This record gives sequence, structure tokens and C-alpha cells, in this order.
Amino acid sequence: MSEVKKIKKGLDIKLIGKADKVLEKADRSETFAIKPTDFPGLTPKLKVKVDAEVKAGSALFFDKYRPEINFTSPVSGKVVAVNRGERRKILEVIIQADNELQYEEFKQANPADLSRDEVKEQLLQSGLWAFLRQRPYDVIANPADAPKAIHISAFDSAPLAADFDYLVEGEAEAFQMGLDALTKLTDGKVHLNINAQKTQSKVFTEAKNVVINKFAGVHPAGNVGVQIHKLDPINKGDIVWVIRPQEILFIGRLFQKGIYDVSRKIALTGSEVKNPSYYNTILGASVRNILKAQLKDDDKIRVISGNVLTGTQIPEDGFLGFYDSQITVIPEGDNYEFLGWALPGLQKFSMSKTFFSWLTPNKEYRLDANLHGEHRAFVMTGEYDKVLPMDVLPQQLIKSIMVEDIDQMEQLGIYEVAPEDLALCEFVCTSKINVQDLVRQGIDLMIKEMS
Amino acid sequence: MKALRKFLDKKKPLFQKGGKFAKLQSSFEAFETFLYVPNTTSHTGTHIKDAIDLKRTMSVVVLALIPALLFGIYNTGYQHFLSLGQSAEFMDICIYGLIKILPIIVVSYVVGLGIEFAFAQMRGHQVNEGFLVSGMLIPLIMPVGAPLWMVAVSTAFAVVIGKEVFGGTGMNIWNPALVARAFFFFAYPSKMSGDVVWIAEKADSFSGATPLAHAATLVDATGEAATSIYTQHLSNAWDMFVGFIPGSIGETSTIAILIGAVILIASGIGSWKIMASVFVGGYTMGAIFNLVGANAYMELIPAWQHLIMGGFAFGAVFMATDPVSAAQTARGKIIYGFLIGFLAVLIRVMNAGFPEAMMLAILLMNTFAPLIDHYVVQGNIKRRLKRVKVNA
Repeated sequence: MSEVKKIKKGLDIKLIGKADKVLEKADRSETFAIKPTDFPGLTPKLKVKVDAEVKAGSALFFDKYRPEINFTSPVSGKVVAVNRGERRKILEVIIQADNELQYEEFKQANPADLSRDEVKEQLLQSGLWAFLRQRPYDVIANPADAPKAIHISAFDSAPLAADFDYLVEGEAEAFQMGLDALTKLTDGKVHLNINAQKTQSKVFTEAKNVVINKFAGVHPAGNVGVQIHKLDPINKGDIVWVIRPQEILFIGRLFQKGIYDVSRKIALTGSEVKNPSYYNTILGASVRNILKAQLKDDDKIRVISGNVLTGTQIPEDGFLGFYDSQITVIPEGDNYEFLGWALPGLQKFSMSKTFFSWLTPNKEYRLDANLHGEHRAFVMTGEYDKVLPMDVLPQQLIKSIMVEDIDQMEQLGIYEVAPEDLALCEFVCTSKINVQDLVRQGIDLMIKEMS
Repeated sequence: MKALRKFLDKKKPLFQKGGKFAKLQSSFEAFETFLYVPNTTSHTGTHIKDAIDLKRTMSVVVLALIPALLFGIYNTGYQHFLSLGQSAEFMDICIYGLIKILPIIVVSYVVGLGIEFAFAQMRGHQVNEGFLVSGMLIPLIMPVGAPLWMVAVSTAFAVVIGKEVFGGTGMNIWNPALVARAFFFFAYPSKMSGDVVWIAEKADSFSGATPLAHAATLVDATGEAATSIYTQHLSNAWDMFVGFIPGSIGETSTIAILIGAVILIASGIGSWKIMASVFVGGYTMGAIFNLVGANAYMELIPAWQHLIMGGFAFGAVFMATDPVSAAQTARGKIIYGFLIGFLAVLIRVMNAGFPEAMMLAILLMNTFAPLIDHYVVQGNIKRRLKRVKVNA
């Protein structure tokens, strides 16, 4: 076994509301949605019209510039709405689900016996291709590329994250089949990065045909970008693909059963949830039925698809994000606080020790979405370095993005980072700078200029 | 407190666009956000944020300055009565010090904040918190005998030329408080050097020279003369460490400064890397001088004594660590700090004209901080390029 790579720089944010490993039941959602906004940089072209009947696995829309990449319906039913935003940008394609799900038929086969092109073809058609994302840029992988390696992080270190061990429980066969499909896609290796202390599941530890790497330490240890940086950093011209364990199950099921089965366990977490626990649901489901009986309703709340650092705010009857296996509910916190900056702050969480909450390091916090301050120019230095375990100078990189200096961005390592890797920098920022937005802007600019 | 909030909510529209006092929006916001942390929530990016903001950061620094300030108040009274040869009660000493120092603080804040508010208003910016610290630093590095109008002019110069012309807090290249002191030093040299200014209303017969001034006379002294200067004025290191010596208001007590350093380092606000490397740099230069021993100054003053004389400790803890004007990279901070300490002692010993060299050393290194960072950044870039070559 390889040595354990220990991540020392970073920050574990302890929040109230970790999900118990119990599978609660909720009524199945009636509506589902696929949101093109979940895919950065995508220009969607619709393939269906409102009122069209679709099956699970039927294409809803495709990528205008790479038409072979399909985005398919998670369930069978009727397309009931296409919601658009400014300049007719497509925001959501909503499907009313049938009671009995009908599936598109795909080829059942052991991926180990298939060629690379056959595996690719099947993934593209079924819509599972969208789960393969590439680094640099953190966008959907280009089918024409042959990646240097494929990396899978088998744990999530983000606050209140779902336990991946629990998510893949009992699906060892599908997982292995998914891995076998992935090995077909690269000439390099498939890396499965596990947590040296926490990963117990044999689904991961006994996975075959992959390289297992061990990590330990604080968040962002579970971020695949950090893991790649520690194992084999991305240089200019390199392409690496990443995918998450649950999504490998989807691929496994596709080859095993020949259907697009994207049912997944998700964790319902956060301080404003009565009984944080896990639920069985399907990709793109409305969260309404799950949240219905579970919300504490004493305060104004915020529902997040994903975790508190990288997730997207959704309405209480909104839809799960494409890549998310977690819902977090926190207080909105849109209230004024009298002399809040001067109080001792026993309930306030800070990486610095300027609030007396540092006296209780193991306390779990109920944090809200308040900014706790105003936007300012950069004043403090060295804060970002404490939470980014990469040989990248975050503050300098962000500044080069602010002035849109492409050469400097490239030299300072824009290829190695995804917005999520710098999420903690944004969290700790005294000046409340929107670091993740900036990283995404920088990446968009790179894509535009380099193509 | 609800009533106050309601009052603010009621008045707010008057100060917003289209309101009667729309021009005063920045000022209103400054007061409002001082009273209440605003209700803004995150819309993109992380949904939760660290509780720290610039107000908290700056207030911690001000808190760290309090021990030095309190000691400065006491020492001002103490030195005054000592020079007169009178004994005085503790309270009398404190009250005398307070009467001398409070006006300087008030002038510094009123002038500085006045200009900050005016600039914020003119530009339609928010009022930044940076001056909360600068406004406290400026009095602490002034001689107690400084005329108030000179403090006012220096502060105005520092805020306008030292900061606002660059774009305000976060954009300046020199530490604004040191700009104020440098302006004072070069514009009114008679009020910033010599023996008269360091003790308030001292008796004429009493020498008010600072240890640094005494030390500077060592350069030309030889033999017994030098030894007598040393034993008379410079051998009592304990007084220097505790702070019962003449000097700028806040700089004399190394103990009080170290308490501030502990607050800054423990809270994570001040960079221990800079502080430590300044002291190491100063000690190194002092030790080199001890080895060379070309004159009595180099010979007689042990390296460690440089660290407690004059503004060295104050500069290391509160001035060099200003994140905006210091080097920004981790490695850069160490080089930057080391050179400050090194140069401060070098200038101090080699140039009798500038006994208080800490100010000059820090301003000089402020100027070079971007260059140091540039090389550290280039190092990072080179490592990245090297990686490609190794792989290829």
C-alpha cells in the first residue's frame, strides 16, 4: 500500500446537523428537473419540446458545440415546462414523472469486453458522459481527448458531507463495473483516493484495476483537485478526468442492466433540519417531499443543493443539482447584529482567534448565510495560504484573474485549481472577496482565449 | 436596541440614491455598519463566511496597542516629574500623562477620519476601517512634546499622500503612520530630535536625551569617555526593557509591546514571521558590529540591546506587520522582516544623523516589498515550469 498523504493546510468547519446513517422514507417526487446551469460553460440546445413524452435516458438537450454530449431525462414522463431566464437562457427542463418508470434500452455488456469507442458511445448516448469532468477548467470532459489519468475521490471532507461509504453500500458489483468502464477511457491509470482513517467500505478498499491512494487530514483533503496536485500535478497541456463514486455506480448500472438508472442516496443535513438523515431519491428530484416534514420553521431558512461551501441555493420546492448528493439547510441570517464586530462571539466561528469561540475547538456551530461584514479591498495577507494545501499562491492568482492577465494566470497555476478548491479561501476572507466566482471567471477567460 | 434599528431604517432612505442627503451616503453607512453588522447575505460562492471582518481585525490591533498606550501615558507623567526632581502620586502621574497625550490622539483621529470620510464621500466609496489603527499608531510614535498643529499636518499628509492618492486602504505602498512620522521628522526636525522633545515640560537642567541619542555619541567617543557614557546612560537595560526612558509615546516599553505582540500573534492577525525575522535581523547586524568593533558604539552595545532601544520593538511588532505595505508571500515576509531589522541597526550605528533608524528601515523595505514578492512569485512559477520539464 502506498504511503498516506497528509493534508495539513485547510480547515474543518464543524456544523450542527450531520446526517445519521439511517435511510428515511419520503414520498417520491412528482417532478424532476435537469438544470443546464449546473454545467459551467455549457450552451444547451433543446431536443424536446414541452408536452413531449420521454423515458429515463431520453435526451432532453445537448451541447451546442459538442453535439455528441447528451443530457437525458432521469425519469420517464412528460416534459411539462422549459423555464428560461434572461435572454432566453434555459434554466430548467422540468419533467412530470410517470408512476411506473419506463427506461430507454441500452446495450447490456461487460465493459471489460468492450472497446474504448463502444464504452464512449454508450456513455454519450445515455447521458452519463456529463458526469465525467475534466481538469483543468472543471468542465464536462471532451470525448475527443484521451486523459492522462482519471481520479476519483472516495470521500468528501466538506462540512456535513455525505459519507461516501454509505452512499455506495451494497453496490460493489456496479461500482467495479463502472471502474472497468473508466479504465477503458484512459491510457493512464485510474486513481481511487480514499481516506486513510475513515474509508472502511470494501467497495472502495477492495476495488480492482485501480491505483488506491490514501489521504488524511483536514478539508479540502477530499477535493479531487487537491489530491491530483499531491499525486501528479497538472501541467500545461495535461488533461485529467474526474468523477465521483455515486456516478460510477450509474455507469456500472448502465452496463449491468442496460438502463439509465440514476437513483441515488442523498444526505439531508444542516442545523435547520429536524432529523438529519439519508434519503433514497433520483437525480434531479424536487426536494419538496423530502423537506416537507423536516424543516424547523422558527427562522428564515436557506436550502442549498450541495454543501455550504460550494452548493447552490434552491427554493424549498427546488430541484437537486446534477452533481450533488447532499442538501443542506441553514438559517438565512439576513438580520442586523448590534455591534456584532465587537462582541466576544462565543457562537461565531472564525479561523482566526479573534472571537472567543476558539476556547471551544470541538463545538459544532449553527452558522447562517450572513456575510458578517462588508466587501473590502485586499488587506490581510497569508490567510488564503493557510487553507490551500497546494503549491499555488492563491492571492496572487486571484489578483492576476482580477486584472485578466492570462499569462500570469497560467504561470500561477490556473490549470491546477477548480473553484471548489479555493472555497475555503473565500470562507476565511476578511475582505469577503468572491473567490470562487473569480476563479470561474478566470477559467472562462482561459477557455475563451485558449480555444 | 430595536428603537435604534427602527430609527436607522427610517432614516436610511434619506441617505440613499434620490434621498435628501444622498451625498452623505458613505458617512451614514459608516455609522450604520459601526452600530450594526449589516444584514447582507452571500449570494454566490460559499454560503457561510468566517465571522471575521475588517472592523474586528482592526479593533484587535487597537486592543493590542492599548498596553503600549497605557504605559506611554504613565511614562509621560513619570518622566516629567523625574526631570523636575519631584515625587508624585501614581494618579497624578497618570493624569498628567493623560492631559498631554489625549489631545494628540484626538487630533490624530479627528483629522485622519475627517479626511477619510471626505474622500469616501467624494468617491462614493465606503469608509474603510484602516485608519482606526493608523489613528492610534500616529500618536504613539510622536514625541510627547509635539505641537498639536504639527501632529495634525503630519496626519493629513499621511492620509492624503500616504494612502488616499493610491486609492485608500489596501492600496497604499507605505505604512501611513510611518509616513506621518517621516513627514514630521523631515519637515520639523527640531521637534523630532534633540533632547528637548521627549519629555513633557522638562526642567532645563535635566538631560532628556533618549538612549539612542546617547548611543550615537559613542561613535566619536573613545576610551574612558565612552565607558562613562555607557555606564551612565546605557547600562540600565532593565529600564529600557520596562520602558522608563524618554522616547516616543508608545515605543519605550518593550514589555507593553510584547503583550501587544502576544495578542496579535495569538489572534492570528499579526504575522509572527515578520516579527521574529525583524528581531533576528536586528540581532544579526548587532552581532556583526560587536565582532567588527570599529568604534565604541559597535563595541559597547551588545547585539540584544539594540532590540529594546528606541522604536525597534514597536516597529517590529506594529509597523512592519502592516499587511498592506509588508511583503505578502510567506517567504517574502521572512526576507522583508530580516532586512528591516538588519538595516535598522545598520543605519542606527553607521549614521549618527538618524539615530531612530527603524522608521527609515521599514519605509525602505515597504518600498522593496513588491520586489521581494516578485522574486518569491517567480520562484513559484519556476517550480511549475520545472515540473513540466522533468515530465517531458
